[in-house]
Amino acid sequence: MTDLFVDRLVICRRQQYVGKVRFAHFDMHVQSSKKVLVATEKNVFASLNTRTGEVYWRHVDKTGPEGNIDALLMHGQDAVLVVGNGRLLRSWDINIGGLNWEIVLDSGSFQSACFVGQQDSVKYVAVLKKSAVSLHYLSNGHQKWVENLPESETVQYQAVYSGGNGEVYTLGVVPHSHITIVAYSVEDGEIIKQISVDAPWLSNIQASCAVVGQGMLICADPATVSLYMLDLNVQSQMTQIPLQSLGLEVSPGFQPTVVSTQPNPARPPHSEFFVQLGPDHYQLLQLNNGQIVALRDFKPAMLVSFATTGEKTVAAVMAPKNKTGLYKSGRRLLDTTLIFNMDPNGGKPEKLYVQAFLKKDDSVGYRVMVQTEDHTLTFIQQPGRVMWTREEALSDVVTMEMVDLPLTGTQAELEGEFGKKADGLLSMVLKRLSSQLILLQAWIAHLWKLFYDARKPRSQVKNDVTIENLSRDEFNLQKMMVMVTASGKLFGIDSKTGTILWRHYLDNIPSNAAFKLMVQRTTAHFPHPPQCTLLIKDKDTGLATLHVFNPIFGRKSHITPPALPQPILQSLLLPLMDQDYAKVLLLVDDQYKVSAFPSTKNVLQQLQEMASSIFFYLVDSSQGRLSGYRLRTDLSTEMIWEVIIPTEVQRIVSVKGKRPNEHVHSQGRVMGDRSVLYKYLNPNLLAVVTESTDLHQERSFVGILLIDGVTGRIIHEAVQRKARGPVHLVHSENWVVYEYWSTKSRRNEFSVLELYEGMELYNSTVFSSLDRPHPPQVLQQSYIFPSSISTLEATLTEKGITSRHLLVGLPSGAILSLPKMFLDPRRPEIVSEQSREENLIPYSPEMPIRTEWFINYNQTVSRVRGIYTAPSGLESTCLVVAYGLDIYQTRVYPSKQFDVLKDDYDYMLISSVLFALFFATMISKRLAEVKLLNRAWR
Amino acid sequence: METTGSANVSVPCWVMFFRSRAPVLIPVRMSCLLSFKLSVFSTVLLLLCTRFVCCNNGRRVGDALDAEFSGFSVPLEHSFEVDDVAKFRVRGALVLKAGREPSVSLSQNQLSEEDRTKLKEVAAVDGLYRIRVPRVFLQADRQTERQMEGYLTAFVRACAMVESHLSDVIALHTDVSGYLIGVSIVTFPGACRGTEVEDEVDLEVFNTTLSIMAPVNAPGPETALFLERMEQELERKGKNPQEQKSFFAKYWYLILGGAIFLMATSSAQPPAGGDREQS
Repeated sequence: MTDLFVDRLVICRRQQYVGKVRFAHFDMHVQSSKKVLVATEKNVFASLNTRTGEVYWRHVDKTGPEGNIDALLMHGQDAVLVVGNGRLLRSWDINIGGLNWEIVLDSGSFQSACFVGQQDSVKYVAVLKKSAVSLHYLSNGHQKWVENLPESETVQYQAVYSGGNGEVYTLGVVPHSHITIVAYSVEDGEIIKQISVDAPWLSNIQASCAVVGQGMLICADPATVSLYMLDLNVQSQMTQIPLQSLGLEVSPGFQPTVVSTQPNPARPPHSEFFVQLGPDHYQLLQLNNGQIVALRDFKPAMLVSFATTGEKTVAAVMAPKNKTGLYKSGRRLLDTTLIFNMDPNGGKPEKLYVQAFLKKDDSVGYRVMVQTEDHTLTFIQQPGRVMWTREEALSDVVTMEMVDLPLTGTQAELEGEFGKKADGLLSMVLKRLSSQLILLQAWIAHLWKLFYDARKPRSQVKNDVTIENLSRDEFNLQKMMVMVTASGKLFGIDSKTGTILWRHYLDNIPSNAAFKLMVQRTTAHFPHPPQCTLLIKDKDTGLATLHVFNPIFGRKSHITPPALPQPILQSLLLPLMDQDYAKVLLLVDDQYKVSAFPSTKNVLQQLQEMASSIFFYLVDSSQGRLSGYRLRTDLSTEMIWEVIIPTEVQRIVSVKGKRPNEHVHSQGRVMGDRSVLYKYLNPNLLAVVTESTDLHQERSFVGILLIDGVTGRIIHEAVQRKARGPVHLVHSENWVVYEYWSTKSRRNEFSVLELYEGMELYNSTVFSSLDRPHPPQVLQQSYIFPSSISTLEATLTEKGITSRHLLVGLPSGAILSLPKMFLDPRRPEIVSEQSREENLIPYSPEMPIRTEWFINYNQTVSRVRGIYTAPSGLESTCLVVAYGLDIYQTRVYPSKQFDVLKDDYDYMLISSVLFALFFATMISKRLAEVKLLNRAWR
Repeated sequence: METTGSANVSVPCWVMFFRSRAPVLIPVRMSCLLSFKLSVFSTVLLLLCTRFVCCNNGRRVGDALDAEFSGFSVPLEHSFEVDDVAKFRVRGALVLKAGREPSVSLSQNQLSEEDRTKLKEVAAVDGLYRIRVPRVFLQADRQTERQMEGYLTAFVRACAMVESHLSDVIALHTDVSGYLIGVSIVTFPGACRGTEVEDEVDLEVFNTTLSIMAPVNAPGPETALFLERMEQELERKGKNPQEQKSFFAKYWYLILGGAIFLMATSSAQPPAGGDREQS
């Protein structure tokens, strides 16, 4: 029980993520600052602690383009963000994460933004839009001036630059014709000059140009393999400098780019700059009195970056020998290297952020943050020590499974004894004795450890979970969470502590891939390792690949999955097993041919025997077609039923079956008069949700179809009129719960459908879809729900005895555990004796949200997208994982912990009472005997 | 063809499904093992002569005649082949009548001697008996608009058809706007027990129960009724004088008792010298 006690303290944990980093800036205004500010593709702006990698504060904006962060500029304590394609300009205080000011900008698509400084102080922000440029005060966001750009119909303005000399330059280009440069006065927005220079080779300024030194625009041209220089201050021609003349060569077919740095917006950029000459080739150059001088060649080099501290600027180069080189700009060379090991299961590095700082002896020290393709941030300190890593891929979990942990070595030994084939009586006895000895040994070791640990204070006893000491606990509460993320990185996370135990990055995942994770073999079949299969399907082409791995260790399996040359329509995991206890995966291709994995002889033989009872269905939502197929013995298929829902009227939005691992404990419900109402428990039932194509609020509707997946029989067909999606649906046991938006009453409503066979069961021993002629009784009731919802799931327990709850993810980040009892179509409108007997709650149209039903208390889960439930070894307990931007894991007890003793259970009292009673019986028995003897003597 | 929005959704469907758990040696939680059972059936061939029968939907007896002139007819086809390659032939004609409450009636032929033999053969190899109807739009005005491309199909096991003596229940489902979206067929009784059909007469005439079903309207939250009930409750409370009593009226005896008790205790112990302290 001590285990449980400790568990309860750490029962729920949340991990916060920010998403793939788009912009990152180190806080530079205080020398000893520990912050890095990140703006991400998930529309999150956050501050991370550089010592631990934890989130200081985080602002989650709207999803989609509305909250898209276009630019992040940092100066001193202020971080200026352009949000929503130039819709909003915001300034944040980076210390506390408070909003300084926010203003709405004029419409127009955002191009670029920069700080504008004068006399060494930065006072303004310039924002360049498609047809206008505006200047705002940094202190309060007020607009100083806004000017329309000349000839904005033909010229594409792409960049804005200021060198601190009282002028703001906007750089525009007419592709393959000329560059237009307009200089505005900072004071009143007056056009000081406007020049136009021929540049027929240029199409995009931001991609190939940069301003270097005292206002020198340098562009790279891949066609002529040369650099072009243009002084912004004097109207002139572009000077062409062939790279050949500098002794440089560009990799064939590569578009060279120019990287410069401007540490202080009030001053012009540094005169040193990088030119990328190839995928792994950089050259550091210097602009010296109008002449370009080659400083140093870096090959191989993956990434380069500049960083400034005080008056010193350093350039960092990341070379593929797993090291970061450092080059200090200026006269002196400071070459230090920092070697660190990249995760072999990670992706290639993508971005490099350097934090430079002055050491006590005035030399420059630095730390590096590396972003890799798999959205991982790694923070490295100088002697190559990795301080922290953040797996930002986990902000986008697509699908997950929970896998039981393996048994300990000794348990496995015992299991192995049963697993092996019997080979003689004597050897069996010996084997049994040896395994018993091992068990005894393990038990003594355990006792010793308990005794040893008991002397230490509790806080010192730490159970660090590593992949070596993973083992199943008594109640199977600790499991391995296998998570698949959109970036193609797989994670194995221990559910108890939340530590990432393994990670595996799958490269070349298509960007629009759909994933399906299946557990082919659980940990129950020692000595066969557990096996998971991930189906990765390109949504456009339908082509799929399989990744087979061990869910406990994350290693790729030695089994080679079959090559799938044809697009895959459907995949199904059969409960059939091959001789190695791996479940059979069937894949249906676009020729309606079926292939099996694993496809051993044994499996094919089993499939042939079973073929006529293997049915599957396909859904083509573009044509509104649902069709059923049957497997033939030669692994071809035949279509046996077809339902077509005309797409002119409604479209299929989701099709949901029941979870295959669900148990239903009772087949019926006892009514008030002691009769039984039997549930209609069809394991093949599909709930199909349709939405009307007509979105007018009077005519829109949501349709619910219950179809048997084997026979295609429409069991029930209902329409919810004046309703609209998005529809969230849970389908379990004999009920379907869905939530929709009522356009008539402008509110969210829940509806529940329950199916009953009636007072008699047609065939109580077995359910066959082919032999259930009577349609079930369908009961339905609806309720008002006072909040919109993000996701919906039902709890799941080992044997299905515990009452069910619905887990509702709310947009506020709370997760509501709503008893299914409240969603019961048999709730009576008028209370009668019988309904009271049955414990039915009287009907009330509004569903309450009670704050004590929130299972995550104050730990909100941002943008919750999915909830995963898994049974544990305790019937009362269901494991819950909510994922979205954050990941949250907890346990729920829908019927309280009826099978667990309380923490304060008094063992001493109970055992002493037992002993006392025992002795009292003994004594009284003795006394009674004596008395009897005495009486006999009399 | 593409799978739906929820990209890779797949649900394996199983005919036979035991609810009991298969014994598992190792005490580890795992998903339920499903067991399967296949029944093999044998049937005996019988021959019969043909007759004509008309069958209506059973719900509205008088509709069959009305449908004759205002409705329109589509073929109901069936197929049963030993090699399970569908070859549809006409089984009868469905007369559909559009309107507020659509109705349907069916006139169908008897099974020919040849067909009966074949049906029994198909039943012996556990083949399928399939039916199909063309897709139609009931609410269209013109015949040309009614017919749409494609068919809706359904099936039962041929042995179930034989053992139920051709008594089947066919349901046609329409959507809200009157498109036919699905057809279903079940036999009654539905099981294949392997009983032999001796009598030839049993396989001659279809005993069809036919229905056409439009979607039902799902109920919304019942606010009006609830409010009415609440009001009634309030009224009842208002009428009941016992509930209306004031606090004092309800608990006067307690208050009185308390006051007497207080008075009794205070008179028994007179305050000890308040005057003295004042001076």
